Amino acid sequence: MRMLRFVLVRLAGMLVVLALVAAIAYAIFYLLPTNPAQLSCGKPCTPADLQRAKEFMGTAAPWWQQLGNFLSGILVGRSFGSGDAAVVCAAPCFGFSFQQNAPVTQLILSRFPVTASIAVGAALLWLITGVAGGVISALRRGTWVDRSVMSVAIAGVSAPSYLVGLLAILFFGFTLQWLPTGGYVPLTEDPVQWLLHLILPWCTLAFITAAIYARLTRGQMIEVMGEDYIRTARAKGLREPRVVITHGLRNALIPVVTIFGLDLGALLGGTVIAEKVFSMQGLGAMLIDAVHTLDLQLVVGFTLFAAFLIVFANFVVDLIYGFVDPRVKAG
Amino acid sequence: MTTANTVEGEPITARKTGIRHVARSVLRDGWATTGVVIIVVFALAAIFAPLVTGITGQNPYTYHLNLLDDSGAPKGFGGGISAAHWFGVEPLTGRDLFSVVVYGARISLLVGVSATIVSVVIGVLVGITTGFFGGWYDRLLSRVVDVMFGFPVLVFMIALTAIVPSSIPRPVFMIAVIGFFGWPPVARVVRGQVLSLRERNFVVASTAMGAGSGHVLFAQVLPNVTATIIVYTTIMVPSMIGFEAALSFLGVGVPPPTPSWGRTIGDAVGWVQTSPMYLVFPGAALFLITLAFNVFGDGLRDALDPRSGGRRS
Repeated sequence: MRMLRFVLVRLAGMLVVLALVAAIAYAIFYLLPTNPAQLSCGKPCTPADLQRAKEFMGTAAPWWQQLGNFLSGILVGRSFGSGDAAVVCAAPCFGFSFQQNAPVTQLILSRFPVTASIAVGAALLWLITGVAGGVISALRRGTWVDRSVMSVAIAGVSAPSYLVGLLAILFFGFTLQWLPTGGYVPLTEDPVQWLLHLILPWCTLAFITAAIYARLTRGQMIEVMGEDYIRTARAKGLREPRVVITHGLRNALIPVVTIFGLDLGALLGGTVIAEKVFSMQGLGAMLIDAVHTLDLQLVVGFTLFAAFLIVFANFVVDLIYGFVDPRVKAG
Repeated sequence: MTTANTVEGEPITARKTGIRHVARSVLRDGWATTGVVIIVVFALAAIFAPLVTGITGQNPYTYHLNLLDDSGAPKGFGGGISAAHWFGVEPLTGRDLFSVVVYGARISLLVGVSATIVSVVIGVLVGITTGFFGGWYDRLLSRVVDVMFGFPVLVFMIALTAIVPSSIPRPVFMIAVIGFFGWPPVARVVRGQVLSLRERNFVVASTAMGAGSGHVLFAQVLPNVTATIIVYTTIMVPSMIGFEAALSFLGVGVPPPTPSWGRTIGDAVGWVQTSPMYLVFPGAALFLITLAFNVFGDGLRDALDPRSGGRRS
């Protein structure tokens, strides 16, 4: 019962944040002097054409009505124009790209597998290697393993990921020819090639963050392993692996979960960069193209989608947090 | 949400914060001194860029097509390294890479430092007012900070470049955007410190003697968070430099022909195999300045607050 209440409170909080983010994004992109209708009206743009474009896009209405349409479009979908020329944008409608003549949601979904493959793999890789590295260096404090993990962490934070990525392409791709230098192969087409093409992007994105996580886990682990309840657990006659994992690691992981939630946003930015470095046509490449072609609907739609994704991911992390740390539910 | 900020919530004890003490302490730290030297060298190179490139008589804008082969790659060793072109020349254009790197320091440092100042000013104002006044104002802004903390800021910055009016100079716009998204960490740390300062006797005494909130905030509280602010400013510069480079790398930052390390690295993507030195020189410059600020920030933190040494995660 208490768990249910905890979930519901978090859910309500998330929905409020989502609505606010949507409203702010809308205000910044559509109420500022940029005029989407003007941009897509073409040249020469007669006043009549402009008016037609405005009415079609729905930007002729007063701002509060536009905002209402925009928000309800996300929930129940909407349509643009009327009669035969009308286009339907099914829910969740993040806008309609008039340049590509397709709903933004559809465009995002077509690119989503690429970005998701990069991001999820990188996140898993850095979580697993980072936490494992941290635990090992905490248990083997002062040895060379410990020292080298910590040195990588310090040097690593200063190297931008694209630099690491390009050097990795140069070394593993061109010099050694072990791995492909770029491109993306869908998982459904050829799982082995999919994996081979993703190894470098994953390692590039995970390398630095893993070192930071190792440093954090190490500090937490050292602190937790000195607690009284660890001594109690050992005195009860528990085996060492069980002491380390269920009593030590579970408590040491609490701050790691927090930081992980916060790093997801940065991860999305990281994939935008990785897509350029490894020439993959994912969401980041789509965003950059949309900025260059001034496809404002796509830019706004994607930004909003990214914000939603991160807010939702943080909601999930919050729930996990509730399970890992029993004190959260009570508070 | 809690974070791993180690400065937050710690009691603030008396410590020597005199400039001379700090300077001596930083200079004793070999790494931090190296950092300072690198920062000074880059800053001087940026300021006196025309003089520095004048040594070889080059500039970052002149094309040298005669130094390229048929495919557009530079002729000769290491991307065309010679007495006249210390770092070789750019593929396709033959512009002097040494000049590009030296002039690139200008935009990098300008945007990096200015954006940091914007972030720190907003962050400090929000931090001391929320920490001091509390109430619904604090709850609202702390929630904003929570939400902004995990946001995909790079995606937002890229998106905003789509709507910037061309009347605003690009560097100014970049400073504003990068600076605007950087303030939440500063606000959170400063707020934490102010929360504990608010309960201290000298603040309570000052309020009891009838001092206005403005006086207490800026004359009593602010001087006590200066050390934290200075450390945070130094630590933030490299990430701000990184954002400028990342935006330019992605092709939505500083427009050509203004030299920018990020853009040069972005251009080098297609030349990694044929002309790797094109990537190495601007990349090394970017790495060095970032590392320099990081180790200097670490040293400064140790000097100002010895207890935090090596504990940051």
